[in-house]
Amino acid sequence: MAGLTLYDKLWQSHLVEERDDGSALIYIDRHLTHEVTSPQAFEGLRLAGRRPWRRDANIAVPDHNVPTESAERLGGVAGILDPVSRLQVQTLDENCAEFDIVEIPINDVRQGIVHVVGPEQGITLPGVTLVCGDSHTSTHGALAALAHGIGTSEVEHVLATQCLLAQKMKNLQVRVSGRLGTGVTAKDLALAIIGQIGTAGGTGFAIEYAGEAIEALSMEGRMTLCNMSIEAGARVGLIAVDDTTIDYVRGRPYAPTGELWDRAVAAWRGLHSDPDAVFDRVVELRAEDVKPQVTWGTSPEMVAPVDGVVPDPDAMDSPGRAESVRRALEYMGLTAGMPIRDIRPDRVFIGSCTNSRIEDLRAAAAVVKGRRVAASVKQALVVPGSGEVKKQAEAEGLDRVFLDAGMEWREPGCSMCLAMNADKLGAGEHCASTSNRNFEGRQGAGGRTHLVSPAMAAAAAIAGHFIDVRELTEA
Amino acid sequence: MMQKLTVHEGLVVPMDRANVDTDLIIPKQFLKSIKRTGFGPNLFDNLRYLDEGEPGQDCSQRPINPEFPLNFPRYQGASILLARENFGCGSSREHAPWALADYGFRCVIAPSFADIFYNNCFKNGILPVVLPAAVVDDLFAVLYASEGYTLTVDLREQVVIAPDGRRWSFAVDGFRKERLLEGLDDIGITLKSADAIRAYEARWREQSPWLFGGFDRPVS
Repeated sequence: MAGLTLYDKLWQSHLVEERDDGSALIYIDRHLTHEVTSPQAFEGLRLAGRRPWRRDANIAVPDHNVPTESAERLGGVAGILDPVSRLQVQTLDENCAEFDIVEIPINDVRQGIVHVVGPEQGITLPGVTLVCGDSHTSTHGALAALAHGIGTSEVEHVLATQCLLAQKMKNLQVRVSGRLGTGVTAKDLALAIIGQIGTAGGTGFAIEYAGEAIEALSMEGRMTLCNMSIEAGARVGLIAVDDTTIDYVRGRPYAPTGELWDRAVAAWRGLHSDPDAVFDRVVELRAEDVKPQVTWGTSPEMVAPVDGVVPDPDAMDSPGRAESVRRALEYMGLTAGMPIRDIRPDRVFIGSCTNSRIEDLRAAAAVVKGRRVAASVKQALVVPGSGEVKKQAEAEGLDRVFLDAGMEWREPGCSMCLAMNADKLGAGEHCASTSNRNFEGRQGAGGRTHLVSPAMAAAAAIAGHFIDVRELTEA
Repeated sequence: MMQKLTVHEGLVVPMDRANVDTDLIIPKQFLKSIKRTGFGPNLFDNLRYLDEGEPGQDCSQRPINPEFPLNFPRYQGASILLARENFGCGSSREHAPWALADYGFRCVIAPSFADIFYNNCFKNGILPVVLPAAVVDDLFAVLYASEGYTLTVDLREQVVIAPDGRRWSFAVDGFRKERLLEGLDDIGITLKSADAIRAYEARWREQSPWLFGGFDRPVS
């Protein structure tokens, strides 16, 4: 019998019941909740007279709507200026109180983007099943947790039953040999993978990332990579447990301690694919081939290396693809054949569940240190992923580096990644963004997003156009 | 109780672009609602109207985009959306199927769907039907050429039937089909397995006690 993949092991260890009709009940260890996709689920419980199955598996944190301006943030929930955003955050507070769910409130130092907070607090642990009403829940797979986004009906289902009605996914291994070059990050790797397999390439699959380049990544880098799995169509991204994982989890607030820690680590050491495991599909890349990436279109697969050019739809074989590219170029206000370097961002956003961890901020700060944001850039926002990240960055003086360069240093939240709060693009504005989606209107109606790594966003802020970050750092 | 779907005959409207993401289906500003209903007027908001939509607006007073098919007189009352590959990609927001259902859609036909969206549809009385790309191409051509074009989608028989009698069968998972046919509530069904869940939980607690501490204890 063939060995098991990491995904197979996680699935099997959480299988409550398999049914003849192809469905299964999977037990959920961790359920994270935020304000946007939960109100209707709590309302459903209320209407049916149900209570959470296991309150201690749940934790909530507001992130999508929270203001990031310090002045507005000081007023807490009551101080949120947008009444609709305020009501949504208030509703989360009220629902957590009514259903007895632990909440990290808006101005707690631990508050932040749910996918930053989970691993940081030790809520996310290797070997758990973890769900959240947010597609970027794939982030937590960096800790070998079976983690994925769910809809609001499923949020209610998990609250009421501690289980998810699920179907087993197929296994896709992405093997990355060699080492990423200097200045090339997990974000560039993620975009290069999506460029290769497409935004639907991972549909129906759980992706496991493996190979030398993956083993060399920090936990922050692994989270960035797993985070972007959903942009390749895969709900789940996974990386096996190794010393990097164990070292990261050790000492986290909610991580086990003492004898329980030893027992947990012993169990976690088995969280890898067996050598003879069979994957339904394998994709291979060479890390050395990956250059810093910049998206030019309205889908994450519309991506090119920074020394590349905007493609020409007329040169494409597939009429469907040509039409998509033509529409994207029109929306983005770009012309075929234009060098990526000639794209000039009006704003720069460093943040989001993809790239707002301490390593991301360090990388951006290293580029901007001692430099000034180009005059043509209207705004360069740096939004830490959590209060803890903010505190750490300030202890290292990174906030001063950003402020001295003419950037803004904000309070933690999702911010301009999806512009549910006040941080957004104006129509027609280009943004160098470390977030995950360049969809039409994602960062504000008519806004034009270019996805990049934190170092590349910082380099674009300084140069006023996209530039290979290595030109700035290796000069 | 979810709306059942057994056989549905309805007017078809085209959504002729690939990779339609859930941001496009329902833009983020409408996600601030704490309700499950009322999203229909803002379905495809960025494409449907010429101005920038805000929550709580009276959409009947807004300037509509005359070039967007959903606004064409011939497609008014449509309940079947004909779409391209990877429909519903991106965000997990269930507001997307809520908006489609609120508008009156019961079925989306496409060559492929994104996973989370596909799953969310079944929870909201919408049937996503996967047909081969060549068939979908053909349906687009016929739809553009024929005003008042309707299709019949029969979930019991798992078949799409055209007015000229052509039929295309489609696959659907047994458990999803059953629930949609009956309009069953997933939670009610799962709770019938409460004993199995408790038994699993007891074993798992024994095996992984560190997962049962909760998050109450103060953080140092």
